[in-house]
Amino acid sequence: MFIPIYFWYSAFVIVLCGILAISLRNPVHSVLAVLVLFFHLAGLYLLLQAEFLAAVQIIVYAGAILVLYLFVLFLVNLKEELKISAFVPGVWLGRGIAAGLFVMLMWVLPSFTAGMKGSWPSIAVSQAGHTKALGAELFTQYLVPFEIAGLILLVALIGGLVLAARVAQPGPSRHITDNVEQTETLRQTEKPS
Amino acid sequence: MQVLLLLFYIVILFTVVMLHVAYATYFERKIIGHMQVRMGPMEVGWHGLLQPIADGIKSFFKEDIIPENADALGFRLAPVVSLTAMVGALAVLPFAPGWVLADIDIGLLFIFAMSGLASYGVILAGWASNSKYSFLGGLRSMAQVISYEIAMGLSLVGVMLLSGSLNLSTIVEAQGGSFGGMYIFPQIIAFGVFFVAMLAETNRVPFDLPEAETELVSGYSTEYSGMRYAIFFMAEYVGMMVMSALGAICFFGGWSGPFAVPLFPALWLVLKIYAFMFVFIWIRATMPRYRYDQLMELGWKWLIPLALANIVITAVCKALF
Repeated sequence: MFIPIYFWYSAFVIVLCGILAISLRNPVHSVLAVLVLFFHLAGLYLLLQAEFLAAVQIIVYAGAILVLYLFVLFLVNLKEELKISAFVPGVWLGRGIAAGLFVMLMWVLPSFTAGMKGSWPSIAVSQAGHTKALGAELFTQYLVPFEIAGLILLVALIGGLVLAARVAQPGPSRHITDNVEQTETLRQTEKPS
Repeated sequence: MQVLLLLFYIVILFTVVMLHVAYATYFERKIIGHMQVRMGPMEVGWHGLLQPIADGIKSFFKEDIIPENADALGFRLAPVVSLTAMVGALAVLPFAPGWVLADIDIGLLFIFAMSGLASYGVILAGWASNSKYSFLGGLRSMAQVISYEIAMGLSLVGVMLLSGSLNLSTIVEAQGGSFGGMYIFPQIIAFGVFFVAMLAETNRVPFDLPEAETELVSGYSTEYSGMRYAIFFMAEYVGMMVMSALGAICFFGGWSGPFAVPLFPALWLVLKIYAFMFVFIWIRATMPRYRYDQLMELGWKWLIPLALANIVITAVCKALF
């Protein structure tokens, strides 16, 4: 009784916030809409017994990445610096494409079939605890892909560091440039996580 | 029926915590007063004991001003977000065996998530106020909270490794209830990192740059008045209490103490929280404020590497012995 209501409520809010995020005029309000969206997404994960994923969703996306988006929004002057020409010439063309995409998605939706049963059906997951199940799988069966993903992130991090680092100039202004460098690298390195 | 009982517990917990918040301000003023060789509040009631009530009533009836060019939605939302997030974190704290509102398996992560959400309140307040002081305070707080959240999360990984769980009740039980079992001994490095990160997370001295009154008036809360300002204050104090409770649970054995207390088994945890709160205030009376680049350097160049080293040492020790 409660679960379907909760699902439909979350689904409704997710769609609503998604639409708000692209239609609101103020970009900070858009980010707030996305924040609400992330919370309801985490709620859906909770419905699927994936509590670890739900917590990580909030910590990483809401707690770190979205905050960095806000940081960028605050630091650029949106009225002067962001003038993007439209991707498609007419408004109605874009709406038509979006509607077409929606119809196509609804059309393929019924052809989804449940995948093969793995060694972790939802009962086993809820018995062992989602965190434990995820950790065990990640560090045994999927160790190599996991490590590769970690390495790619490390490369991105070092790349950000190299891009942001400037050659230190001699002279009394050294100290100030140091600070600028620091915040710059901070911003850059945060992003891939 | 179960729902009603749960609601009843929530109301009790909320009331008790809010009373504690009120009297935490009183104790802060008293303790700092005595440390600076003055009396602190003395006028309202015996030794000023009714001062927090008077303050509460005053801020409740004060005029609520919203600046003309402020973003009304963000301005109204910010204090509520701060307080809700911090009060939400109370739900997973185990005060005694069975005395917990939501005994979930990811209790520790839930607290991190909530403290991450609480930073939105400050950021939003800084931006929505449309004032340069508020804005700078908000920006500072944003960078500070993100940096120190990493250090705090990493410092508690050692505790997770030792106890093998993210459930706060299980972490307390894993410490065994004895003095030598407390994780402060094997995790002394982690506790150091946690303690510094805790001060920074709650925007307390010596890391109170977001509200540095000498340079930013009052930081993100400059434009707030009346009840909305009081709500920010409450959120800060609830945050301090949540962090104190987290420290007591993860490093000092939670509810376990030298002997079991009948009727009120939460006594030892409450005493530990009081001790933490006293240290918060003690530090405020003692330490000068950090400079901003020093704050960033401490977080990124010292605390995070230390926490990482602690994880490696703990994991190796656990694998070997």
